[in-house]
Parts: sequence; structure tokens; C-alpha cells
Amino acid sequence: MSNLIDPCAHCEEMMQPYLDHILTEAERAEAESHLDECEPCRRRYRFEESLRVYVRQATAEQMTVELRLKLSALRIPLD
Amino acid sequence: MNAAVTVAPMSESEDAQRLAAEARDRVRFEEDALALADQVYRVARHLANSREDAEELVQETYVRAFRSWASFQPGTNLRAWLLRILTNLNIDRGRRQQRTPQMQPLEANDYHLYDKLTEAGDGVADADRVVERLSQDHIVSALAEVPHDFRDVVVLVDIGDFSYADTAHILDIPVGTVMSRLHRGRRVLKGALAHAALEEAK
Repeated sequence: MSNLIDPCAHCEEMMQPYLDHILTEAERAEAESHLDECEPCRRRYRFEESLRVYVRQATAEQMTVELRLKLSALRIPLD
Repeated sequence: MNAAVTVAPMSESEDAQRLAAEARDRVRFEEDALALADQVYRVARHLANSREDAEELVQETYVRAFRSWASFQPGTNLRAWLLRILTNLNIDRGRRQQRTPQMQPLEANDYHLYDKLTEAGDGVADADRVVERLSQDHIVSALAEVPHDFRDVVVLVDIGDFSYADTAHILDIPVGTVMSRLHRGRRVLKGALAHAALEEAK
């Protein structure tokens, strides 16, 4: 990878696994050491975190009352 | 003569008790399953291509779930069990509809969306505010553009909050595949969001 030439590109590649908490200790330390010194990458990591929260909120759709009733009506009656 | 005087065989009352216990178990199962319906619907809504499809999918899921309730192991993850039924039904439906193969979707780099949203050059953007440039509609329609294999994983993990392991089990794929499709799927999603947000800005 091009991490020696472009440490930000390498930091970008680590962003998802970093936020998913699946980096090794060493990788996490590496990412954090770059983030400590790089405000643009910090912003982008912050944005990614807020995007994940937003996606969760924006997709929280309730079912209709009609559907809820239909589902209840699927219950198998007791003899 | 009262030939009907017999001692009730032990097995009859045992049977009656067993049936009563089974009925109680089934009632509890149905209640537990219905209590999860909102969460099941939420995943269905974004796996399916429309609200109508999602509603049908959820109904079919519960029909199947109630019929095969005895195959659910009590104490195990009921939500994952229901989602497995749902995703299998969704996959079957996809095959029946014979979707045309989609072109390779554009996977934007991970910083691309932020870069595009802040390109407007309105000065230094507060990273926490940039996300407000995306609407709920943007998110929902961008998700619908993500190819199904990727979308299944993104929806289960990022919306359904399932772990990689549970997602792997639900979709019957290796955990490594979950990670790969998750990361790539999110990049496709962000690429679609960048495109949608910029289109609107024009």
C-alpha cells in the first residue's frame, strides 16, 4: 500500500475497521498516532461516526397499525 | 353393568399435561416473536425495494415462523432466527423475479462523501454538522441502490445491529465475507449518497 507516500490514504483505509473495533492493537496505535497529528483525517473519522448514527436514526421506520394487526391475526388459535 | 369404569390411564393425563405445556410454549413463542416485529420490519424495509414488498416479506416471515415454531431452540437468539427466515425468503423472491445482474457499483473511497459534502467551500465545516446535509430520504433511497449481497450485510449490521458472527449465521456466509461485503457495501452507499446530495445541490 502507499502508506509511506500518503499516510492519509493509509489512515483512510483503516477507518472502517478502526470504527468497527477490529484492528489489532498495533494497527489501532498506528491509526491513532496519525489521527493525533492530522486534523483532516480526524474530521473525516468524526463524520463517519456521525454518519453511522444518522443512518440508524434515518432508517427507524415503524410498521403500520394494519400490518401489526395482520401479524397478530397470524397466530395459530388454541384448540 | 358399568363397563366404562376404568382407572384413567396415567398416559392420558400425562398427554393432556404435555399438550397444555406445549400450547403454553407456543403462545409464549408467538408473543416473543411478535414483540420483535418492529425490529424485523425495520430490517425488511431496507432489504426490500418498497414498503409494500417489506410488508409482504414480514407477513410471510411470520407465517413461516409460526408454522415452524417447534424448530426454534428456546434460549437461542430468536431475532436472528426470524431474520434468517426473512433473508431466505427475500433471496428466494429475488431469484424468482430474476433480477438482471447489476453493473459493478461504484465503490467510493471512504473519505469521498465527506469531501464531496464539504466541497461547496463554505469554509471550515464542523464535522458534526456536515452529516445534516443529508436527508432521511437520501439515506433510504441510497440504501435501495446498494446491490443485494452488500445490502443484506449493511442492513443487518448497521441497521439491525447484529454482530458479524450473527450476520454470518443469518446469511450463511463466512465472517470474512461479512466484513468484506460490509466495508464495500458502505462504500457503495456513501458513493450513492454523495451523488444524491450533489444532484440536489445543482
